[in-house]
Amino acid sequence: MPSKTLQSNEAAATANGATDAPTLKGSEIFVRSLEEQGVDRVFGHPGGAVIKIYDAMERIQPSFEHVLVRHEQGGTHAAEGYAKATGRVGTVLVTSGPGATNTVTGIADAYMDSVPIVVFTGQVPTHLIGNDSFQETDTTGVTRSITKHNFLVRDVHELAPTIREAYHIARTGRPGPVVVDIPKDVQMNEAPFHYPDEPHLPGYSVPGKAAPKQIDRAAKMIQDAERPLLYVGGGTINADAPEYLTELARKTNIPVTTTLHGLGAFPETDDLSLGWLGMHGFYHANQAVQNADLIMAVGARFDDRVTGKVDAWAPKAKIIHVDIDPSCISKNVYADCAVIGDAQKVLQQLLPKVEPKDTSDWLDQIEGWRDECPPYSYEDPEEDKLVAPQHVIEQLYEKTKGDAVVVSDVGQHQMWTAQHYKFGRTRSHITSGGLGTMGFGMPSAMGAAFGMREGRDLPVVCISGDGGFVMNAQELSVAAAHGLPLKIAVLNNDFLGMVRQWQSLFHDDRFSHTDLKSTNPDFVKLAEAHHCVGLRATSKDQVDEVIEEAWSINDRPVLMEFPVPKKEMVFPMVPSGAASDEMLTRMFDKEEMAAE
Amino acid sequence: MSHDEKTLTLQQIRRKRKFGEAILPEEEDETEQEHRHIIAVTLENTIGALNRVTNLFSARGFNLESVAVGETEDPSIARLTLVTVGNDRIVAQITRQLDGLVNTYDITDLTDAEHVERELCLLKVQYTSDTRSEILDIKDIFRGRVVNVTPETMILEVTGPNKKINAFIGMMEAHGIEEVARSGQVAMHRALQYEAPNPLASSDSEVAGDGAPASDE
Repeated sequence: MPSKTLQSNEAAATANGATDAPTLKGSEIFVRSLEEQGVDRVFGHPGGAVIKIYDAMERIQPSFEHVLVRHEQGGTHAAEGYAKATGRVGTVLVTSGPGATNTVTGIADAYMDSVPIVVFTGQVPTHLIGNDSFQETDTTGVTRSITKHNFLVRDVHELAPTIREAYHIARTGRPGPVVVDIPKDVQMNEAPFHYPDEPHLPGYSVPGKAAPKQIDRAAKMIQDAERPLLYVGGGTINADAPEYLTELARKTNIPVTTTLHGLGAFPETDDLSLGWLGMHGFYHANQAVQNADLIMAVGARFDDRVTGKVDAWAPKAKIIHVDIDPSCISKNVYADCAVIGDAQKVLQQLLPKVEPKDTSDWLDQIEGWRDECPPYSYEDPEEDKLVAPQHVIEQLYEKTKGDAVVVSDVGQHQMWTAQHYKFGRTRSHITSGGLGTMGFGMPSAMGAAFGMREGRDLPVVCISGDGGFVMNAQELSVAAAHGLPLKIAVLNNDFLGMVRQWQSLFHDDRFSHTDLKSTNPDFVKLAEAHHCVGLRATSKDQVDEVIEEAWSINDRPVLMEFPVPKKEMVFPMVPSGAASDEMLTRMFDKEEMAAE
Repeated sequence: MSHDEKTLTLQQIRRKRKFGEAILPEEEDETEQEHRHIIAVTLENTIGALNRVTNLFSARGFNLESVAVGETEDPSIARLTLVTVGNDRIVAQITRQLDGLVNTYDITDLTDAEHVERELCLLKVQYTSDTRSEILDIKDIFRGRVVNVTPETMILEVTGPNKKINAFIGMMEAHGIEEVARSGQVAMHRALQYEAPNPLASSDSEVAGDGAPASDE
């Protein structure tokens, strides 16, 4: 088969001029390739099928740093956090079998959220593949439907070209995870080493600029619209386009609402910002969607958590959809004008074609909705020893003023973070959106903190719940060992809060297996056992004290536990399957709903 | 041959994209109706490529009625023809996802386009001295061939579009079929072959056909 093998062999041979390329073992080629690729950090865990690579790292002492994680899932999330915080490709190295399968959740998470990571997995020797050998898993088979692409390297000559291709695929177009499975004999065999300058991927193309005709159409639609709205997703951030998006919004006075992953693409302190939309988005943002006559989606994919009942979503609006992935166009919501291209290039093309607009009537109308159901509202709990979770997040914002990378886990605290923290910087909000992976927060905050060492010096704040935090708490000791100044806030309600909320609203208060009181650890002791500092606030007054103390410690992670009431719910809320304007607001009373 | 937006092949779409024209249908024409779709895919001739293509269908709960794959004139490129029945809108989206795969070059939904379809069928049937001549007559009507014969059975080979093969199998049922093997359909765009030196001649392409007898259609 081999046609590809032949081509890459030939390419390698030609490039080498059959002369000065050193002959190296596969394990050495791997290490040297990562160096050539400019990798600065690898999150990994050794094992039998990658022992040759680990040995080569010890001998070569490469230019990149290896971070020994304590669980492969943690390693994959760390690579995601690193990638999202820096815009670079995250790298993971694990062994075969259980090492590979432990990365599956992280890979699926990266696939759903378009995060560029490359996962290298060891594999049993080629002659044992298919024999049910020790620690053998069909890794490419298992990961095929959750990767952008994957490779099984069958010949040491293919190794360097494959690594080159893997990084290219992960980073370009709509980013995503790539798996490279490397059998042990490939790591041991020898070949001339040459790292190709260009990947050889004849079937792979990346959209760049959009068709001028579509740009003209989009510009005309914007010009004709009376109630336009920008709906901005994570693709804008992936394309490094927030600057141009902001310019477009300010030039045309079009209000901006963002998805969960779009947070940070447009400053939430700006008058044109409506905050985020969707299931737990702001009432005025959802009302704006339902009443807009034009919605321009930039790097967003019309997820069901955004649209709710899709047939009733934005009934009055024409849709312009800017996306780099053609398969996203008209997938959930029909696009009247499809603009396929890189968001940054598209916005650069569009900017000179649009004129300033007067949208003041439309903005006034939106202000009316904002007054009807004000965002950021909540009440303090009745119990003395508990604090409102929203208050904690607001105080974290007051402390950082948006100059931080905020990483959340999955659940109620994630929604409160998105609602109450005012994001103003690109790549400042990291969370698991598409897959909703509990246990994502802590390790990806660690990855982001490593990313901050390479040039972008912002504090990293992890906001987690008690349920999700425990799922990957083992990485605390890794963060401690590296002296990362992580600030971790655990909003502890001794419950799986989001599930509890649904049980309360839709299942008659039957709290089936969501009470964690008896199984939760002592979080302060948990932190200390992992060589971190543990702090606890037991009243509203102590929130600021604890935050101040945490910010005074900068040589290791600090975990701050905030006991919060279990009854607190995330509002407003579009119930699953309802239309976006059928929001339950804070005023809503369950008994009233039952009476209806 | 003139095409409207609906029947553009991705090759043509790419050509249009180069000149900055719209690359997707201008109207919302993908319906919720279920239809049979015949899709041609050219892809890298490499491990896992076929699997990635078929995965996209199985992940959506679509059965593939037939899959036929083989090398093209360039051994590094394989061509795959697959047949599925499904919701037009979802099939259209899957074809766009197919185009996004790293290993694929071109995807053509041939369903609404002028195309030629062929399938090969091997059929082992029992015969006696009484039925032998009737079986051979039917074989002749379907322009088949005898490729193997034993005292009790013979293997017949027939080529043609899906419907013709079904009809042939139907005619043989009464005689006691022992085994049937079908290759799955292969298909090709007529327009790509006959793309217009003289546009006026294109209306004759149905008659000009592909060299197969008109009775095949």
